[in-house]
Amino acid sequence: MATNEENIPSYQDLDFYKSQRRLALANCGFIDPESIEDYIASDGYQALSKVLTEMKPQEVIDEVKESGLRGRGGGGFPTGMKWQFAYDASGDKKYIICNADEGDPGAFMDRGLLEGDPHSILEGMIIGGYAIGADEGYIYIRAEYPLAIKRLEKAITAAEEKGLLGEDIFGSGFNFKLQIKAGAGAFVCGEETGLMASIEGERGMPTPRPPFPANKGLWDKPSNINNVETFANIPIIIREGAASFKELGTEDSSGTKVFALTGMIENTGLAEVEMGTTMREIIFGIGGGIQDDKEFKAVQIGGPSGGCLPDEKLDLPIDYDSLIEAGAMMGSGGLVVMDENSCMVDVARFFLNFVQSESCGKCTPCREGTRRMLEILNRITQGEGEEEDLELLRTLAESVKKLSLCGLGKTAPNPVLSTLRYFEDEYEAHIKNDECPGGVCQNLLPGYIIDYEKCIGCTYCIDACPIDVVDGRLEEIHEINEEDCNACGACEPECPVDAIIQKNYIEHFPQYRHLLEEDEEEVEA
Amino acid sequence: MRSVAELDNLQKEVQSKLEKQAEQAQLIIGMGTCGISAGAKDILTALETELEERELEVIVKKTGCIGLCEKEPLVDVKLPGETRVTYGNLSVEDARRLISEHLENGNIVRDLVVAKMEE
Amino acid sequence: MKLTINGEKLEATEGQTILEVAQENGIDIPNLCYSPELKPEGACRMCVVDIEGVADPVTACTTEVSAGMVVETETPSLKKMRKVLVELMLANHDVECLTCDKAGDCKLQDYAYRYSVKKVRFEGEKTEFKGIKDDNPFFIRDNRKCILCYKCVNLCKQVQGEASINLENRGFDTRVTTAFDLPLEEINCQFCGLCVNECPTGALMEKSALRKARNWELKKGSTICPYCGVGCELELNIDENDQIVKVTTNSDNVNRGQTCVKGKFGLDFVNSEERLTKPLIKEEGRFREASWEEALDKVADNFGRIRDEFGGDATAALSSAKCTNEENYLMQKFMRAVMGTNSVDHCARL
Ligand SMILES: Cc1cc2nc3c(=O)[nH]c(=O)nc-3n(C[C@H](O)[C@H](O)[C@H](O)COP(=O)(O)O)c2cc1C
Ligand code: SF4
Ligand code: SF4
Ligand code: SF4
Ligand code: FES
Repeated sequence: MATNEENIPSYQDLDFYKSQRRLALANCGFIDPESIEDYIASDGYQALSKVLTEMKPQEVIDEVKESGLRGRGGGGFPTGMKWQFAYDASGDKKYIICNADEGDPGAFMDRGLLEGDPHSILEGMIIGGYAIGADEGYIYIRAEYPLAIKRLEKAITAAEEKGLLGEDIFGSGFNFKLQIKAGAGAFVCGEETGLMASIEGERGMPTPRPPFPANKGLWDKPSNINNVETFANIPIIIREGAASFKELGTEDSSGTKVFALTGMIENTGLAEVEMGTTMREIIFGIGGGIQDDKEFKAVQIGGPSGGCLPDEKLDLPIDYDSLIEAGAMMGSGGLVVMDENSCMVDVARFFLNFVQSESCGKCTPCREGTRRMLEILNRITQGEGEEEDLELLRTLAESVKKLSLCGLGKTAPNPVLSTLRYFEDEYEAHIKNDECPGGVCQNLLPGYIIDYEKCIGCTYCIDACPIDVVDGRLEEIHEINEEDCNACGACEPECPVDAIIQKNYIEHFPQYRHLLEEDEEEVEA
Repeated sequence: MRSVAELDNLQKEVQSKLEKQAEQAQLIIGMGTCGISAGAKDILTALETELEERELEVIVKKTGCIGLCEKEPLVDVKLPGETRVTYGNLSVEDARRLISEHLENGNIVRDLVVAKMEE
Repeated sequence: MKLTINGEKLEATEGQTILEVAQENGIDIPNLCYSPELKPEGACRMCVVDIEGVADPVTACTTEVSAGMVVETETPSLKKMRKVLVELMLANHDVECLTCDKAGDCKLQDYAYRYSVKKVRFEGEKTEFKGIKDDNPFFIRDNRKCILCYKCVNLCKQVQGEASINLENRGFDTRVTTAFDLPLEEINCQFCGLCVNECPTGALMEKSALRKARNWELKKGSTICPYCGVGCELELNIDENDQIVKVTTNSDNVNRGQTCVKGKFGLDFVNSEERLTKPLIKEEGRFREASWEEALDKVADNFGRIRDEFGGDATAALSSAKCTNEENYLMQKFMRAVMGTNSVDHCARL
């Protein structure tokens, strides 16, 4: 025992780990991801050996159904059911595809898994291939993940060398091969039909469903597509049994979910929790609360397709259905936490800007509608919003949501709709009062004024102002041209007598009352 | 892999190999994208040079992201028979201290420690 | 199978889409990207309909019917959303209907009328315009009027097999263009004009029709293409001076809306001043007009003379692709039985 070990917290004591339940991530950070032996030492490929030597495909599917596993890629579709469709589809050739496109800004769960435990994904895919009757699989991974690609390549080669990929695996007569396809990093290529078009070498544009991939997928063959984390859960379910998996989580959302915590939170990183954990536990427990002791304002969950939830939703247990009800969604597991100094209109604008520039351009509502919505949000954040704009936004949001072809367009309005639902007052403050409550929108920041009672006419502020809007002569009272001041704040710290104050303060502090009255007099005059 | 027995044998083989390794001192460094972008590669080089200079027989292992991206680069020190200790937010200088203080002299470097990992 | 659309009980067969069944029964569901010749694209979203028991509207062009389905095609909420779609298209469109040569035959205009779009509520930026492409003798391409229904792209690829045109950029910046923006004449375009026929707006226009007449002033006449034995059905669009302004086709024809470049763009000879209308006989190096009797007699006399003097093999016949199969048959019969030679050929073999 090291001499001075006492008083050092153990992992279980850390807030960050205390309420985590690491299942899919169990190996990440513990094994050498580039060594197949490390994986095998921690029971790797045991599930595959069980499946190939003891189970019929239908039994595998039944086990996955029984576990209640739902897709971790966003939609939350029951995985066993999806496998059943692909199994039932007739065809001599089938494909199994792993969706490792991970396009949500702020999300890196899949990257963590791919880099930290690539073999678990391989094992999940081979099992899936056996279950649906596919002898070939693709991993579609964004090219911006070079390390993950390298580790996957290594893992595939190692599995081939060990005969875990290839012909007659475990003497069962089952053959399976895997290929990697690096995508050029378009968000829409994460949508399953767009992804398959991209593998085929076509423009990454979604196609209408039906036909569903299970019947007509890659190269028109029955195909099954799952997310990285979904596959990573498969070996666990087979090894530990569906029943023990189902014990975790809630009635309708079993197991765990990995979240990528980002934003204004103390501990950012990857955390895996049981489904049903509350948002409060994740943000204030695992995440350690808001940085710099600021107030929590909202959490954006589910990436650009998700929604912003306010503090009254913090005790919501995280599962697929309650999130949808609250106007957000599980998405792939990105959690962006925002503090009091965020502007919710600006946040909506940020996500909308993302989806509108990632729209593939195929269908009218998404291609044209998201641009018009963005223009309205731009107007509002620049202080040029009109009262009708909210009505227009809602009309557009509804049409884009209902009419778009693929999930990108269908969910693109979510950040706008959820902020309108929970933070409409912020929109109104921008439009009616020319105010940005979060203090973010540059055009709406209250400018500065000089307290004439204090000013000594030193001219420091004149020198500090980058746009020359302070007037005054040496030893005379200076004045800021309020119309032109862009609220940069450069002058404030330069004043030796603290005579420069931001305008929104004056009404809150009695010592500035004389400035306020003057303001009102001016208005009256 | 032709049979279940083959896999089981391999598993036993590698497990005992890993147990053997545990009889030696180990350094485990987080080499996910998060670790690397926080400087893990430089740390790794520094650790390797330092070990070479001091002629220490230590196993250096790489691993993926353990979730604490905030505290990368992370390096764990595991001495035979002792608890594995994680250090975080390391600079190249810090990494050298792990070797001189913890690895060689068995003293946990308290100001850099994140947590210990009890089995 | 039976289903109900707008309260009407209808018969349909499995595999048909809602749009197909509706069209068969005279129910007009708006559509911009649909063509019976294409795989459904589902891009314009104008054909959305409500199905009882389904939460969100679905596109009629991509949804297959099922027994007992109850469909509504013009509910107030559908109308409202279609209106938004038309407005969105118009907001990114060069709305110059007053002088547009497509006016009166433009689906966008029709739908704007149908859904009472008086003023577009969502004005804003427009997709960057790179100029009207006038790179061939037959038609112009005007991106400002393109609503990105993708029909031209899909027809060129799926039907014509050329894939001369495709998309560049994505999202709001998406445009139809050629590879590297090359002029159509420099790539594999066959100038079949299929894309021009099917474009619902004024984005692709026959040059011959520009500034000639409003669409409603044109007389339409159906005819068979005179160029070859395939016999494509053509629709002539004729102005008040009996000039052919443009030739169109439609997908109900035997040729299913397709022609080759000659049928689509080569019929201007019909109005040519230089066209021969009477037989000419050449005498002492000069042509003179003659009657059909005289001309035919002259040909017959000379054929007979050559055959009698030099034998049938001194003659040969080459017939034209403009002839029908029957005419070609007669030609070879005449050569074999009357002239006594097997030397026959046809220009399509050249
Ligand atoms: C615009 C868009 C982007 C998507 N991006 C991803 C992605 O990056 N990764 C992913 O796994 N699923 C993504 N999806 C969901 C996939 O279409 C698909 O539902 C999922 O891969 C199915 O796997 P699962 O059932 O295991 O969740 C995206 C969907 C949409 C509409
Ligand atoms: S919704 Fe957007 S991304 Fe999806 S098909 Fe339509 S334009 Fe493309
Ligand atoms: S004219 Fe015919 S070949 Fe040329 S682009 Fe149009 S459809 Fe394609
Ligand atoms: S040019 Fe015409 S046919 Fe082609 S996409 Fe545009 S509107 Fe459709
Ligand atoms: S006609 Fe159905 S989407 Fe265009």
